[in-house]
Amino acid sequence: MNRSITVIEIDGQAVPFDEGQTIMDAAMAAGIYIPHLCHKPGLTPHGSCKLCTVDVDGRSVSSCTMPAVNGMKVSNNTPALMEVRKSITQMLFVEGNHLCPSCEKTGDCTLQAVAYHLGMLDGHYPQFYPKRAVDASHPEILLDRDRCILCALCVRAGREVDGKEIFAITGRGIDATLSIHSESGLLGDSDLSVDDLAAHICPVGAILIKDEGYEVPIGRRTFDLHCIAEPGLEPVILRKGDHTDA
Amino acid sequence: MGVESSNDVQGADHLLHRLYEIQLKYGYISKEVMLCLSKELQLPITQVEGVVDFYSFFYRTPRGRYHLLFSHCTSCGDLSLMQRCCEVVGISAGETRSDGLVSIDSTSCIGMCDQGPALLINQLPIVNLDDARIDQLVLLMEQQTPICDWPSDWFTVQEKVCRAGLLLHDTLEVGAGLRAALRQGREALLQSITDSGLRGRGGAGFSAGMKWRFCREAVGEAHYVICNADEGEPGTFKDRMLLREHADTLFEGMTIGGYVIGAEKGFLYLRGEYRYLLSHLQQCLVMRRQQGLLGSSILGEAFNFDIEIVVGAGAYICGEESALIESLEQKRGVPRVRPPFPVTSGYLGQPTIVNNVETLVAATHIALHGGAWFAAHGTASSKGSKILSISGDCARPGVYEYDFGLTIAQMLEDCGATDTQAVQIGGPSGRLIAAKSFDRTIAFDDLATGGSMMIYGGQRNMLNVVQNFAHFFAHESCGFCTPCRVGTQLMKNGVDKIATGHGTAYDMDELKRLSSMVKRRSHCGLGQTAPNPILNAMESFPEAFIGVLTHHEYEPYFDLDRSLNEARRLTGRDDAEAHLS
Amino acid sequence: MRNPKVRVATTSLAGCFGCHMSFLDMDERIVALLEQVEFNRSPLTDIKHCDPCDIGLVEGGLCNVDNVHVLREFRQNCKILIAVGACAINGGVPAMRNHYSLQSCLEEAFLNEIGVDNPMIPNDEALPLLLDKVHPLHEVVHVDYYLPGCPPPADAFVKILTDLLEGREPSIPAEILHYD
Repeated sequence: MNRSITVIEIDGQAVPFDEGQTIMDAAMAAGIYIPHLCHKPGLTPHGSCKLCTVDVDGRSVSSCTMPAVNGMKVSNNTPALMEVRKSITQMLFVEGNHLCPSCEKTGDCTLQAVAYHLGMLDGHYPQFYPKRAVDASHPEILLDRDRCILCALCVRAGREVDGKEIFAITGRGIDATLSIHSESGLLGDSDLSVDDLAAHICPVGAILIKDEGYEVPIGRRTFDLHCIAEPGLEPVILRKGDHTDA
Repeated sequence: MGVESSNDVQGADHLLHRLYEIQLKYGYISKEVMLCLSKELQLPITQVEGVVDFYSFFYRTPRGRYHLLFSHCTSCGDLSLMQRCCEVVGISAGETRSDGLVSIDSTSCIGMCDQGPALLINQLPIVNLDDARIDQLVLLMEQQTPICDWPSDWFTVQEKVCRAGLLLHDTLEVGAGLRAALRQGREALLQSITDSGLRGRGGAGFSAGMKWRFCREAVGEAHYVICNADEGEPGTFKDRMLLREHADTLFEGMTIGGYVIGAEKGFLYLRGEYRYLLSHLQQCLVMRRQQGLLGSSILGEAFNFDIEIVVGAGAYICGEESALIESLEQKRGVPRVRPPFPVTSGYLGQPTIVNNVETLVAATHIALHGGAWFAAHGTASSKGSKILSISGDCARPGVYEYDFGLTIAQMLEDCGATDTQAVQIGGPSGRLIAAKSFDRTIAFDDLATGGSMMIYGGQRNMLNVVQNFAHFFAHESCGFCTPCRVGTQLMKNGVDKIATGHGTAYDMDELKRLSSMVKRRSHCGLGQTAPNPILNAMESFPEAFIGVLTHHEYEPYFDLDRSLNEARRLTGRDDAEAHLS
Repeated sequence: MRNPKVRVATTSLAGCFGCHMSFLDMDERIVALLEQVEFNRSPLTDIKHCDPCDIGLVEGGLCNVDNVHVLREFRQNCKILIAVGACAINGGVPAMRNHYSLQSCLEEAFLNEIGVDNPMIPNDEALPLLLDKVHPLHEVVHVDYYLPGCPPPADAFVKILTDLLEGREPSIPAEILHYD
């Protein structure tokens, strides 16, 4: 083999990458955690949550969308960036109604786990307390928009994996909202099936499978046992309630 | 007067145009109509709904037969006139009167800054408003006089070129630039554009020659030319003048661009606020087709090119080139992830150049006069001229063209601005400068600008100016990325808290910290520039903030007593314990 | 001479006293704590108003006028104010009423609910008037530290108080940081 090796540097560590990979791809392959919410390997990167913000040669970029370029110097795990990410996470908390104690996703929620990782203790900003609609029309799936963080994972999972037009982000600015592709606008009238990835990919408690709440006892939920930054955790998060004790 | 039906023009089936027709006909866009439209156009219903909810000029609930939108701009807006109008009509802003006759609201700058205060009525601008005109206007509405019978001078938008320079001093003969271009051939012409040093006039200043070359070299099934006529930056109106007075030169610039990059199709994306210019522009296109300057075998050469006009519907973000492309593709105007850039993956994923109106006008002049002619003007980094929209507190607002390198002081003298405390260079997204910096120059390596020059005299409260801009950005954020979606709201609330006398030193620090974060971490130019007015004003006019801070250590983030209003009403209580201070 | 004890006040506003119960879950460790600490205003002492205190622990958010008065008394008297639990930090479960207007909440409870006798919205002047929304503490007063959890575990109370008593900047280890 005479292939030249391409490498980026993340916090001083040399990380090899293949042509076409993003900074996030390279970091994940190397077991380096860059906080993220709107990214899931296998789906088209979105770059909207900005949790994966890193500094590349002094410039702020989203690592999930920025192609790796040989010799790039990436700052990731710095106190300043952790502070920025904490602020962004706090923004996500206050713009919605994230009342963890009353949410079935608690303990398995990626937003919560990222917030733990960042040492977030409070929302910092004043609460927006939006009034967003709940959609319980689907026999097996519940949509609670109060908890939606507009990451569009469900939108992309539907289109790219399930091959269906189910979810879309509509509206503008702070009024952006998750909408349903059906005549009534209701989930029950959409093509969403409980077998679809779109029904399971939600990182927060916005899209939930009915009749499954609180099945795993406190102390044995995903993030009771794991820290979000552990390498290889990605598949575990999708297997909610299904994993064995570490 | 009146707005023509676009049924017989190109692009009539564009979602934005269909929705406009529906809005015009019914006064709103119902869910049923959206369903029909989604079936007919074979678009997901969520895409139709997404577009309706994204653009400010579409409504889900009925507007009045007379729908008034007052500009909320520090130059062409005066909301006290809106208040007066609301009082006379008997409704609040944002409401439609119960008889369905009239609805009133405010809107972002409508680009009439040299002849404000101004409003849009059923998408037509009325300029030079005052109390008397508002009263007359209400009378005409109450009498249900058709708008076409209203005094026509109300609707006459004057194009005042107060200073003509390199580009504006003469009007080119129709077709002359294009003929010169075809004579030179693609490569020589591109070289000439590159040699001219022409940089993007939208403010970012990317080399036009390089952009065209990258696009020309990019592989694709088709190439596209887009003219960004979504002149939405508050305080700018020079494109309005160019579109009205120099449309041929502009279309010729687009055609030349198409010739260079190998495109057969161009789009002019016109901001919804300038819809009144549409018929003029369409006419101009018709003439050009008749003259063989557009269409097949242009001027007898093996070159086909035509131009379609797409009209926006009230979304500042569509001035961002990738958001504009999304909008052209009948979607919400959400800026794309870059790279890839439009030159390789633009409209429909194909190589595309997006250029400002002024850039394309300049390109036609360069085709005719040569790159050296252009490069002889301006400064080393900034060749040629810049067309400025000057408005605000000055005696002679209007369009001014200067060679690059002029000082702000010179500009202020020319437009008759005395007692100026600040100039907002390049609109809210640009830079606010104070008197001590008036010796600075307009140039890419000093003060780069898209051309908006908003002048603030000594009597202006700069905090109110900042507040206006904070509201503007919060309204215009597309909502895609977290820092801008949430941050622009928090900045708005933060400025409001201080401006209403409830701010503390802590709030000021918080606002600064938040603004710096939003500026550095947002997805696109909107979020990256939205904090500029706050940060600039805190630096240059700290007393505007500090002077109104309370001396308490901490102040609540909501009005405690007002939050008891509802409970007082429900219980009928008004005792001492039913209040909080 | 012994150092004077650190004076601590506690209260529950729009909360459920669950944080207080969790506090008491420190079991026998409270004996050692009481060597260094004395409780002032608190449901544990039944003292009705604060004297000047070193630390105030406030559970619950703000749902009515009374909550605001009590919070202000705590802020005025406590050198360090700690927002304890989900409700104090972001409104928590009581903030779920923010989804509805106050009118519809009161009508549901006092006019339309099945089995309501003599339907009327209570208006006695002795009752604290409700705010139109439930709010977290930091929207009204400055909060020095936050102790999340619903409730925060007893270990977290021990940790934050020990840190403060020993003059350290308080921190919560990841193992006991949770929002539920």
